Amino acid sequence: MSRVLNGLGAALLLLAIWQGLIWLLAPPKFILPSPAQVAETLWTSRALIGEHALVTAYEVALGLALGTAFGIATAIQLAASHAARNLLRPILAFSQAIPVFALAPILTLWLGYGMTSKIVMAVLIIYFPVTSAFFDGLMRTPAGYLDLARTMGASDRTILWHLRVPAAIPALGSGLKLAAVYAPIGAVIGEWVGASRGLGYLMLLANGRAKTDLMFAAVLVLGALSMVLYVAVDAGVSRYLKRRES
Amino acid sequence: MGHGPDPVTAGVGITVAGQAPGLFPALTLPLRPGEWTCLLGPSGVGKTTLLRLIAGLEAHVDFTGTITADDARPLPDRIAYMAQSALLLPWATVLDNVTLGAKLRGDRADRARALKLLSRVGLADHSHKKPAALSGGQRQRVALVRTLMEDRPIVLLDEPFSALDAKTRAEVQDLAMELLADRTVLLVTHDPAEAARIGHAIHLLTETGLEPFAPPSAATPRAVDDPEMLRATGALYARLRGLG
Repeated sequence: MSRVLNGLGAALLLLAIWQGLIWLLAPPKFILPSPAQVAETLWTSRALIGEHALVTAYEVALGLALGTAFGIATAIQLAASHAARNLLRPILAFSQAIPVFALAPILTLWLGYGMTSKIVMAVLIIYFPVTSAFFDGLMRTPAGYLDLARTMGASDRTILWHLRVPAAIPALGSGLKLAAVYAPIGAVIGEWVGASRGLGYLMLLANGRAKTDLMFAAVLVLGALSMVLYVAVDAGVSRYLKRRES
Repeated sequence: MGHGPDPVTAGVGITVAGQAPGLFPALTLPLRPGEWTCLLGPSGVGKTTLLRLIAGLEAHVDFTGTITADDARPLPDRIAYMAQSALLLPWATVLDNVTLGAKLRGDRADRARALKLLSRVGLADHSHKKPAALSGGQRQRVALVRTLMEDRPIVLLDEPFSALDAKTRAEVQDLAMELLADRTVLLVTHDPAEAARIGHAIHLLTETGLEPFAPPSAATPRAVDDPEMLRATGALYARLRGLG
């Protein structure tokens, strides 16, 4: 409850600063619209914003699901095989040296203006954090468990599935929380580079037509969407981890 | 309780002979079949290393020597191991924890036997709980049942009682002695009273090597106020402290 109150307090503070700037500087509407103007646009353009928000939400959800699945599969592969580790780790490290933003135009070129390039963008941006968080967890299985398993005559395979994977679930949870933050960024970057739908596209469109109030409204909705996603993933992960040990 | 030991292959004797330069000099440690051998010593002299060598676990030392069973058959698959920490999987129920060995070997778990053993250690009503819901003594009893489920003639115990309070420690020691009767047990400990109370044979490991110590004559587990046991505890303390 106090978390909700804190959040409300922070939102009110930001609103007050925003409104204060409007009173103090009286900027033209196309530079900085007032909170009331943005709220009005948010309401009058709700159908338009909602339609684009739905597209972005869909891209984010699919990107999150696929990126997580690929990340989990890669981490397990890396943990299971020494050869895979030697081969894939430099590739993974190099892939992180390239800013994902730089790939966005290529993805659009290859995959078109539709949702696919945005989903792939979201997948790319969350793939590494999920892989690396889960992989770290898989490599940090408490030594005592492994000793015990060895004296029990366990194979590498059963140790992986029955000890290392379950022991790494909390680490995977941390990776998922990061992914929830990054996935919307990936989708919106994809939309900026080339799209005909989505909140990122709407922002650029509004900006180009000096409809700054609409752009602000779209940014607010994107922020709210990301927040809801993060809070939901965070709560889901915490709840799951708590329940599995009680 | 008191139904005698679980039917198993009787314990087989082991002899460890060798040295680990920088840790312990040349020594010979006999583990007599069906007896509890206590390996007592201060921290850092290689007690746990010796146990890990017998268990076939990575010991990070340069050991030269032999570890042989009296029947000359290989040791792996004949050893069960229990550590200071209960090493229970926090996400698994008590029942799943005690049947872990079967699961890791891809065998069918003998749940009926697990439940029988859990009831023998007084945990029949806890089989579906997770470890977080148990006390330290209960967890160590679960670990004891998991060790028994392995049904091995040789049992290696690495200070499994040392984190328990005095009352619980005595209870779990008695239970372990009863349930592990007939097996060959190596107990690594830094507690002279523990060694004097439950060792059929006692060996002191120090920087200078391994020396045997004559155990009290009473049957184990010895009464905590048995005069001979108290004298032995005192003598062991003195030997430990004399080492600085």
